[in-house]
Amino acid sequence: MKVLITGASGKIGRLVAARLAGDGHEVLGLDRRPWTEAPEGCRVIQTDIRKRAAEDLFRTERPEAVIHMATVAQSKMGNEERSRINLGGTRAIFEYSERYGVKQTIFVGRHTYYGAAADSPLYHTEDEPPMALDRFPELADLVAADLYAGSALWRFPGIATSVLRICYTLGPAAQGTLASYLGSKRVPMVLGFDPLFQFLHELDVARAIELALEKQLRGVFNVAGPPPLPLSIVIQEAGRTPVPVPERVLRAIVGRFGMPSLAPGARDHIKYPIVIDAGAFRRATGFEHKFDEYETLRQFRAANPV
Amino acid sequence: MDYAIRREVADRLARLELPFNRDGIDPYGIDRTHLGLFFNLLGWFQKRYFRFEATGMDNIPASGRGMLVGNHSGGYAIDAGMVIAACFFHKDPPRLAQGMAEKFINALPFASLWTNKAGQFTGLPEHAERLLEAERLLMVFPEGAHGTAKLFHERHSLVKFGTGFVRLALKTKTPIVPFGFVGAGEALPTVMNLYKLGRLVGMPYIPVTPYLLPLPLPATLRVHFGEPMHFEGTGTEDDSVIHEMVERVRLRIAAIMEETRKVSAGEPQ
Repeated sequence: MKVLITGASGKIGRLVAARLAGDGHEVLGLDRRPWTEAPEGCRVIQTDIRKRAAEDLFRTERPEAVIHMATVAQSKMGNEERSRINLGGTRAIFEYSERYGVKQTIFVGRHTYYGAAADSPLYHTEDEPPMALDRFPELADLVAADLYAGSALWRFPGIATSVLRICYTLGPAAQGTLASYLGSKRVPMVLGFDPLFQFLHELDVARAIELALEKQLRGVFNVAGPPPLPLSIVIQEAGRTPVPVPERVLRAIVGRFGMPSLAPGARDHIKYPIVIDAGAFRRATGFEHKFDEYETLRQFRAANPV
Repeated sequence: MDYAIRREVADRLARLELPFNRDGIDPYGIDRTHLGLFFNLLGWFQKRYFRFEATGMDNIPASGRGMLVGNHSGGYAIDAGMVIAACFFHKDPPRLAQGMAEKFINALPFASLWTNKAGQFTGLPEHAERLLEAERLLMVFPEGAHGTAKLFHERHSLVKFGTGFVRLALKTKTPIVPFGFVGAGEALPTVMNLYKLGRLVGMPYIPVTPYLLPLPLPATLRVHFGEPMHFEGTGTEDDSVIHEMVERVRLRIAAIMEETRKVSAGEPQ
């Protein structure tokens, strides 16, 4: 199958691309960033999704499936630019998919869609709306992109659309929100809170995405594997030192003294858990994780010592 | 911290049917070590501080889903703590009663951590349903915070019941075990509640006692668990049908409270 992967030069993108190429698929990568040593069977085209060249790629190459991974979480790039990438990019991908006869589109989203708040339930199911958006406006365009992708299910019934809400990714590649939060030797926690964190090994994430492709999955699915662990244990098993500080103090010290920076809304994400029920995805695809929570942390720790 | 957990508590913890992992954490984040310290404290209150008596323990299912439904009184949830302690210390094998905590608790530092690690989650329909489907023992006070806000002279009354618990019991086919709790109003005799001050610190109210501090007195506490009530239905019935079922539970609880009070009154103080 000819598969187009947006965001293919990212660490998870590369794992998915290599995996699909290894299984005999023809992989086209689309990314603004280069990937110089792409494996055999992978071609990377360096351009922006919202540029003319991206649409040309759909027209000339006619991919049968698209895996859309080119979204960004909170970052320093500014709200307008991030929104253009997340929402504008997602819209473009679905429009091109419809226009150029793509049969299957996978939107790779995040479980942070559900938001974290004092009154949010453990084990979110796919029918739940997002919470606490007002407290974390930096997340709004990802939530919008998720819901927009979901709307393709009724707007473009000819495309098998799957929206994957994947929990945090962790592993040797140290890619993603949780990995950067665990980046330093000392990791801040909010004193008096120890929420559950749910994460999946990066190779399991790549495997889950490939399964969604193979099974021509249609619908919205949470993707997770091992049961969640309290943040304090995650930090310790990752070989870091938890530093619980009162919330007021935390506000003043993030981004200094070797502490990672943290968007104001992200504080709720280290106070309250976001835990998802991934039962529907397991039943639909037969997915089973290969790496349990402790092995994933061990590998992260070994590859990323501090 | 395991060494700090008393022998009896540790033995009973080992017999709890929760799926703990190698760190003693269950899939909902319940932490065995925290449970141990929590029960150390509850056990001390129950055995050394209060005079406590629990009867009808056999009416609580030995395993599988169940919903303990009873009355509140006494400023804050002393009754909840003692019901949890009863299910742990007075039942064999022990069970963990999981309450449905007020939402404000999870927003407070430490209170959030301890309630969650002790399995006392925020009272959300999603939590209640999921725990029952996982064959756990749920503890519900349908009066909610209005129940604990009862003043001393109101301690033997019942305020309005919520109806969600009956719909949930029907939907999940869960037996309701009614209980009456007597004595919490004496342990924490509330003369007034400070609602405005409470709101300032993120609580619904702060109870005030004649001796000012909201600390419990070493009172006699009694709880009786009645025979399980089984209702037939789907949980989607009209309000009138549900209200009738709620009323039956309410009357049953009121009757148990009355009986239990007589036991207390009949004894020399």
